[in-house]
Amino acid sequence: MNNKKKIFQSVLPATVAATIISMSTCSMAADSDPIKVGVMLPFSGVYAGLGESTRNGLKQALKEQGNSIAGRPVEFIEMDTEAKPARAPEITSSLVDNQKADFVIGPVHSGVAMGMIKTIKGKDSIMIIPNAGANAATGAFCQPNVFRTSFSSWQTAFPMGKEAYDMGYKKIVTMSWNYGFGKESLEAFNESFTKAGGEVIKEMLVPFPKTEFQSYLTEIASINPDAVFVFFAGGGAVKFVKDYDAMGLKGKIPLLGSGFLTEGTTTAQGPAAEGVITTLHYADALDIPKNKSFRQEYETLYGKPADLFAVQGYDAGQLIVDAVTATHGNTADKAALIQQMEKLEIDSPRGSFHFSKAHNPIQTIYLRKVVDGQNTVVKVAHENLEDPARGCKL
Amino acid sequence: MDTSLFLVQLLNGVQYGLLLFLIASGLTLVFGVMGILNLAHGSMYMIGAYLAYYFTTLTDSFLLAFIISGTIALVIGIIIERFLIIHLYKRDHLDQVLLTVGLIFIFNATQSYVWGNDPLGVEVPELLSGSIRLTDIVEYPVYRLFISLLCLVVAASMYFTINKTRLGMMIRAGESDRAMVENLGVDISKLFTIVFAIGVFLASLAGIVSAPIVSLVPGMGEHVLISCFVVVVIGGLGSIKGAFVAALIVGIVDTYASVLLPQISSMSIYLLMALILLVKPQGLFKN
Repeated sequence: MNNKKKIFQSVLPATVAATIISMSTCSMAADSDPIKVGVMLPFSGVYAGLGESTRNGLKQALKEQGNSIAGRPVEFIEMDTEAKPARAPEITSSLVDNQKADFVIGPVHSGVAMGMIKTIKGKDSIMIIPNAGANAATGAFCQPNVFRTSFSSWQTAFPMGKEAYDMGYKKIVTMSWNYGFGKESLEAFNESFTKAGGEVIKEMLVPFPKTEFQSYLTEIASINPDAVFVFFAGGGAVKFVKDYDAMGLKGKIPLLGSGFLTEGTTTAQGPAAEGVITTLHYADALDIPKNKSFRQEYETLYGKPADLFAVQGYDAGQLIVDAVTATHGNTADKAALIQQMEKLEIDSPRGSFHFSKAHNPIQTIYLRKVVDGQNTVVKVAHENLEDPARGCKL
Repeated sequence: MDTSLFLVQLLNGVQYGLLLFLIASGLTLVFGVMGILNLAHGSMYMIGAYLAYYFTTLTDSFLLAFIISGTIALVIGIIIERFLIIHLYKRDHLDQVLLTVGLIFIFNATQSYVWGNDPLGVEVPELLSGSIRLTDIVEYPVYRLFISLLCLVVAASMYFTINKTRLGMMIRAGESDRAMVENLGVDISKLFTIVFAIGVFLASLAGIVSAPIVSLVPGMGEHVLISCFVVVVIGGLGSIKGAFVAALIVGIVDTYASVLLPQISSMSIYLLMALILLVKPQGLFKN
């Protein structure tokens, strides 16, 4: 008995001491430990270009800080999502559970976003979406640890409804790929266009990713509406705008769209894009000092002009920088970090914005028109537009 | 749908079908004669389109780009056959899949490295850039009609070559009994090189002429490959005539389905394939 007690007495203080020492080394290490930033973007496949721009923007924001925030270096762990939703949970889990990433930046594709959100829900990492616009990401599926620096589908199309009506169009045909982003854009357009007094006389949904549009364009010609509102992006947008022009429709039936129709695609579309009118939260030619300095620096770093996706990546980077600076380098307390992020005003090239309760940007949407191959700002379509965040309980 | 609109849609369908034939013909030719399933066929379509873009930008002439790109495609075809496919004739289809899928990755990486990931476009050549008025509301781009014409010319020359020339005779013989052809003293390896190069050329040709009306994006070859397989399977593996008929059917069905039955339009051609295979498990024209 006595012996045992002795051992206990001598062991206990040693253990406590050891624990204290190891705790102190731990907290000391935290000050110079790298901030781990997981990057989940498509670096191959159809969306590779978007992934590349996003990464460039993200890295630019951190380069401005010498790749360290509050004295802590930043470590990137890059993963290629290939824009495949099926891969999302596995990659997210490896970043969150194995690598213990403080932040996970991604993705481009909304299907991937849903998989990521399900996996990161309730975990000790903060997800920042630099593109994927699915309404649900900051709507029905909103999470305390999920932020978005881009837009909701709703935001990019809603203001166009009223604008279209004000331009004098009463009967409109809408068209998009039959998938989430497209359908949400058409719905948002329909919502404000109908409210203003207009009528959507036909909605055409094209199977994704089909780009054989001739039969649909023939149908549009025969219906002969006042205008056409479409959602297409990337390669599909290039082909649609060219086909629309080649069928001789552009001169007769004005083409309106969500901004992605002419984003990063005007060079490939050529003269066919001239005069196309869209709404979006950014335009290359936006006359804001921050936009000019951002674009100049981007071009110096990467040797090509910045685009929307670079802006959104850049703002994801700025969000990390500002938030970690505000907590003086502490990333262990995620609740405190999130609290800071909710309060921040991001000085974005698109104009400054802050987050809604659902963590989506409250931002200004511009009405744009393609002139000489560039998206020029016609006017502000809707100032500080907040997504309704339907179904979000935050 | 009134009559004129119905006819314009029929034109859309035929035009799409002819383009499908141009893309699929090389695939079925190579399979029919050589028994090689070239999964990188779509990649050659993509390379053709990107070469057309590159040389149009460089020379400012689509015609020049057309000639140069076509020649390069032939050379690529010869190289792939001489150095890679040649090792596969005695192996099974699985090894062919392995090699040709590998080629897809190589071509995709090359495309991404050389031309980047942003969508690119080629201007329609000046001479063919107008439109023809079909009805009082519908205009039709001349360039699309030009493509249809070109596809018909290709189909006719393939028909002529296969049925009326010595090369065609060897191709037909190779399709039915390869060993016998070899025993009769025909240089089968030379024949295979020619056929494979033509197959690659046809895929690239489709890419080249499509370049002004599609958008050039990474992975564009894979999308095309799927429609290609549908056409080849419906037509009967290896049958050129079958591919021609099947391409027209697929083009027309796809066009009308997208207008009349939008709810099922994404699966219309696969439904069609399933139905045809139920009745004719070997496809419409099995050799």
